[in-house]
Amino acid sequence: MKKRSLIPILYIAFLMLPIYWLVAMSFKTTNEILSGFSLFPQTFTLENYITIFTDPTWYWGYINSIIYVTINTVLSVCVALPAAYAFSRYRFLGDKQLFFWLLTNRMAPAAVFALPFFQLYSSIHLFDTYLAVALAHTLFNVPLAVWILEGFMRGIPKELDETAYVDGYSFPRFFVTIFLPNIKAGVGVAAFFCFMFSWVEMLLAKTLTAVEAKPIAAVMTRTASSAGYELGLLAAAGTLTIIPGAIVIWFVRNYIARGFAMGRV
Amino acid sequence: MAQIKLSNLRHSYMPTPKGPEDYALKEIDVTWRDGGAYALLGPSGCGKSTLLNIISGLLTPSEGQILFDGQDVTALPPDQRNIAQVFQFPVIYDTMTVGENLAFPLKNRGVDTATIERRVSEIAEMLDVTNMLNTRASGLSPDNKQKISMGRGLVRDDVNAVMFDEPLTVIDPHLKWKLRSKLKELHQRVKATMIYVTHDQTEALTFADEVVVMQEGEVVQIGTPVELFERPQHTFVGHFIGSPGMNVLPCEAKGDRALFEGHEVILEGPTHGDGGRTDLGIRPEYVGFGDTGIPAQVTKVSDIGRHYVVSAMVGNTALKAVTEHSVPEPGSQVFLQFKPEQSRVYRDGWIATEERAL
Amino acid sequence: MRTENQKAWFFVLPVLALVAFNALVPMMTVVNYSVQETFGNNQFFWEGLGWFEQILRSDRFQAALGRQFLFTFLILLIEVPLGIIVALSMPRKGFWVPVCLVLMALPMLIPWNVVGSMWNIFTLPKIGLMGYFLNDVLGINYDMTQQPISAWVTVIVMDVWHWTSLVVLLCYAGLVSIPDAYYQAAKIDGASPWSVFRYIQLPKMKTVLTIAVLLRFMDSFNIYTEPFVLTGGGPGNSTTLLSIDLVKIALGQFDLGPAAAMSLIYFAITLLVSWVFYTLMTKDDAQ
Repeated sequence: MKKRSLIPILYIAFLMLPIYWLVAMSFKTTNEILSGFSLFPQTFTLENYITIFTDPTWYWGYINSIIYVTINTVLSVCVALPAAYAFSRYRFLGDKQLFFWLLTNRMAPAAVFALPFFQLYSSIHLFDTYLAVALAHTLFNVPLAVWILEGFMRGIPKELDETAYVDGYSFPRFFVTIFLPNIKAGVGVAAFFCFMFSWVEMLLAKTLTAVEAKPIAAVMTRTASSAGYELGLLAAAGTLTIIPGAIVIWFVRNYIARGFAMGRV
Repeated sequence: MAQIKLSNLRHSYMPTPKGPEDYALKEIDVTWRDGGAYALLGPSGCGKSTLLNIISGLLTPSEGQILFDGQDVTALPPDQRNIAQVFQFPVIYDTMTVGENLAFPLKNRGVDTATIERRVSEIAEMLDVTNMLNTRASGLSPDNKQKISMGRGLVRDDVNAVMFDEPLTVIDPHLKWKLRSKLKELHQRVKATMIYVTHDQTEALTFADEVVVMQEGEVVQIGTPVELFERPQHTFVGHFIGSPGMNVLPCEAKGDRALFEGHEVILEGPTHGDGGRTDLGIRPEYVGFGDTGIPAQVTKVSDIGRHYVVSAMVGNTALKAVTEHSVPEPGSQVFLQFKPEQSRVYRDGWIATEERAL
Repeated sequence: MRTENQKAWFFVLPVLALVAFNALVPMMTVVNYSVQETFGNNQFFWEGLGWFEQILRSDRFQAALGRQFLFTFLILLIEVPLGIIVALSMPRKGFWVPVCLVLMALPMLIPWNVVGSMWNIFTLPKIGLMGYFLNDVLGINYDMTQQPISAWVTVIVMDVWHWTSLVVLLCYAGLVSIPDAYYQAAKIDGASPWSVFRYIQLPKMKTVLTIAVLLRFMDSFNIYTEPFVLTGGGPGNSTTLLSIDLVKIALGQFDLGPAAAMSLIYFAITLLVSWVFYTLMTKDDAQ
């Protein structure tokens, strides 16, 4: 038993090392970083974090990211719910082809869409708005949400629907008061994945914004290029981007394994 | 083939059990004859699966010993005990064919190919699956899958015992009796000790030579189906076996008489002990109607095919009687007669009358 | 059983509208560019399939495609077995399960450019933990900005760090769905640990493994941000994977025609390989 648990421990240690290094760097002064190697911060400083929390271009980066990620998550889950219901309950003309086509969008390289997206959203005057990024991210999040929710809904017996209709429920009332509570876990998992992929995606988010809705990532690249090696600041900004993900993941920790299997195991 | 002896067996799922309520199994002492067919019968959560897993070695008991033919196997792992187990849900190896499934336990033990082939075809013939030997096991129907799981147990000719953990749970009702008679037939052919766990009295009573009735981690009675029916040692057995179950009626007892709702009832023999909760136990089959006896009001009569079940009230106590003819009308006044040799007193659940010597 | 109902289309309509807007319009733009030549000033000339031919024949594209396949192949070769091993050795229940899951999922929730920056900081010679350890403690000459080998190793280790957990979590989900009775039956049948893996665990993980391989193929084949931030495609072109090359052509050189043709070829390859996986997957479902 002891020997077996060594593998996950080593693996987690491997995962934590770069993260530790990032966090350690964020508490070092630029001088210390450039003067050579040190395993722990020698002169512990919060200066990097203070810079971020006092400079609007920095902290607005975070706020912008959180805003478009939230819009995207809500939008994706809301439109995916009825579609997933249709796929899990009905057969209709072209259902399989449609389902596959939706999934192909999950396969499209973001690099392919970067330029056309820029032109599309510029032409409808959405460039540099939260909505642009949120809408663009639905390209891969909506198919994913449909896929996950469909898996969960398929696990709910059809008798539930039929009983509700026999009891005189209208469809919308049945869906909201009976069906949704039954797939709570699925909605949570789908929302988690939408949040995750919208939060980590940077190529489209960067392409579709300039000033107003600029994500934290874009702010970070600017720092890296213009101010030379402000590694401490960069590390602090990076550390802060890990926190929202860590919070969200803690909430869904019990559903994680199941969610990754898309409820299909 | 072996005699199985369980001696002072206790088991708790807690690391440091305090009172008896922490034990899933309380003090089990049983000996099972070599080649017998036994059933462990009891409601869900009575500890019968725990007991089964202890015998097969999947669980190590907190206290006590398991002896196979007098040899202590308590510390042996399952594969060294030479037992076979069939689970509630059929366990088959999806990627293998039926034949490979049956050969698997032999292959793992390094048996030579010729013997494997011979045993597999023998077992397949016994189970009527010869024509499926080369099909993938994953596509089979649940009853065939369950047959394969049984076959994997029977294929080894050195098994000490075959154990069944509610094996018919996922089988369609119309196939249940088929599989059950197959089992009975197999038992006669292979002569292995078989232990069958179930909560279904019909399954237990038809399969077993001897039934062990369990409740809350305790063995309440061991006996042949007839013994369990005729003379339940505990009100639980009386109530659990039989349909409808035994009437358990509050009473007072003195000598070989009981006082039930103010009426005197003659018992099978003198009572012993005193105090505690005292009940009169009589099966509905032994409650008759007559011109004299205990007055009762009929509340309901249900026709259940072969006979009628009459529900009646004596004072404030409800009881049931079974009759094949002379059915009274609901609402009518009748007189009930209790068969004395089938009327017994139970104190705190346990039997408290002595059988009258013949 | 699902019932036939054409009204179900109304349920799908919002999704259809949203995805079509996002997928079809840009796709048409790409197709449009791919068959035309432009010299600026919004003047376009019909080019036919010329760009496709040019791209497919160009050494640059072939080299990038080769690197891309090599990268994806190595990623799958390392991440899938490693993921299975970690999943197998994880505890099944108890206090440590959620802790393990949360810690393992953490790398996947870090923005991709931050992953790149993090590994950059981690591997810097003299300053980074890994760079310092390799150069100054083990005495290995390691410099990502100079040696292609170092750059490749770093990019691969980074992806293993980033995404192996996906395989772990999927396999783990498959493993916990195996009822205890299977393990008990195997014990009674005298199966060796290898047989348990081969005949019980692997078959039960097959569906999730297919999903894992499919996802890892798609995402590693489309990877852009992390290696771009880490190496910028260098040194030289050694780590210029398909997406990096594509962005260089499209946004760097603004060669819209060739970039668009390349996009379509790229997408077609991803689609083709994914389709093979998808059919394998659904074929298994039907059985």
